[in-house]
Amino acid sequence: MARTAWTVRAITRAMLPVLLVLTTIEIGSGLVLSSFEAELLAYPSLLILVPVTIGTAGNLGSILAARLSTAFHLGTLSFDARDDRLLGNAVATVALALSVFPVIGVGAWGLGVLTGGPALPVTTVLGVAVISGAALSVLAVAVTLVATYVAYRLELDPDDVVIPVVTNVCDVLGVVVLFVVVQLLV
Amino acid sequence: MGSTMSVREIAVRAYREGLPALSASLVGGLLAGVVLGGMRAELAAIDGLLVLVPALLATRGNVYGSLGARIATALHQGFLVPRVREADDRLLRAVAAAIANGLLASAFAAVVATAALAWLSRPAAGLPVLVAVALLSGFLSGIALATTVVVVVFAGFRRGYNPDTLVGPLVTTAGDVFGMAALLIAARLVIWGVA
Repeated sequence: MARTAWTVRAITRAMLPVLLVLTTIEIGSGLVLSSFEAELLAYPSLLILVPVTIGTAGNLGSILAARLSTAFHLGTLSFDARDDRLLGNAVATVALALSVFPVIGVGAWGLGVLTGGPALPVTTVLGVAVISGAALSVLAVAVTLVATYVAYRLELDPDDVVIPVVTNVCDVLGVVVLFVVVQLLV
Repeated sequence: MGSTMSVREIAVRAYREGLPALSASLVGGLLAGVVLGGMRAELAAIDGLLVLVPALLATRGNVYGSLGARIATALHQGFLVPRVREADDRLLRAVAAAIANGLLASAFAAVVATAALAWLSRPAAGLPVLVAVALLSGFLSGIALATTVVVVVFAGFRRGYNPDTLVGPLVTTAGDVFGMAALLIAARLVIWGVA
């Protein structure tokens, strides 16, 4: 496989265009975030939830994308709803989200109490985290499947394209889902 | 063999392999959240700072994840010696490229954020302030992250760890923590400089 030469110019040429597109997408996520800045500033535990929710959503997508990409390279993946590998990995993604988001919720609540400021009830922060996490895991599966399928149809290497795209799209969805759930629960 | 595994076996294996990386990034994400939670005064003082947060955190992950992946591949192929003391020009150029691209993307984020806020008629601190915060935080977190990625991936490789599996959790965890800490320091420096 051709590798990029180790010069500042070659690395920049390979990386910068994608980086600027992803940065623009992430500004969209920042605009959503700033539209509920008042609620976030009022409750520190909600502010604490922001980076961890974004990061975990991106990671759920990137872990799944890396596994599907490897399966795809090995030729063991088919885009069929009955494919065991697709189904097993999708189930694992939802199970991972349902395992870590309760920890995230209680952690964010506890750290919010420890670092001071007005506190929300633990059940509210837990509810925001778990509902957001469940919705995000389903979205992460959908985004990863679509991105991997598009890369496959366009004959792109999923390693180069799918992982950064999925990670950043899941980041944005993380903020959007958090916004919707905060509007519903807080 | 893969073809004879049941859905349940595939799911259990994917779960077990995914949990450590996710747990590491959970700790980093919560720590970054504590920094963000302690930044309420700065967020209120600099209009538009919150708009930059996801873009700046993602840039750290994208740029230094790519640096880590590049180093991991070079170690696997044996054309990089895993010792910081024996760092050659190529490694220094890869680090310089990462920091330069991180700075360019950070300044670009500040420009796009300012334009978007103006278009939406939302309050913004102004282009010079947001660019200054973005560049300062990009520089501080860049030095910290480049050092961490090189030192930890080299040390891990010498101890027999697969650098490919080390880079992901390392960059997401360190990227969140150093990215937010650098943003807090940069915001305070700029507020102090403007006042």
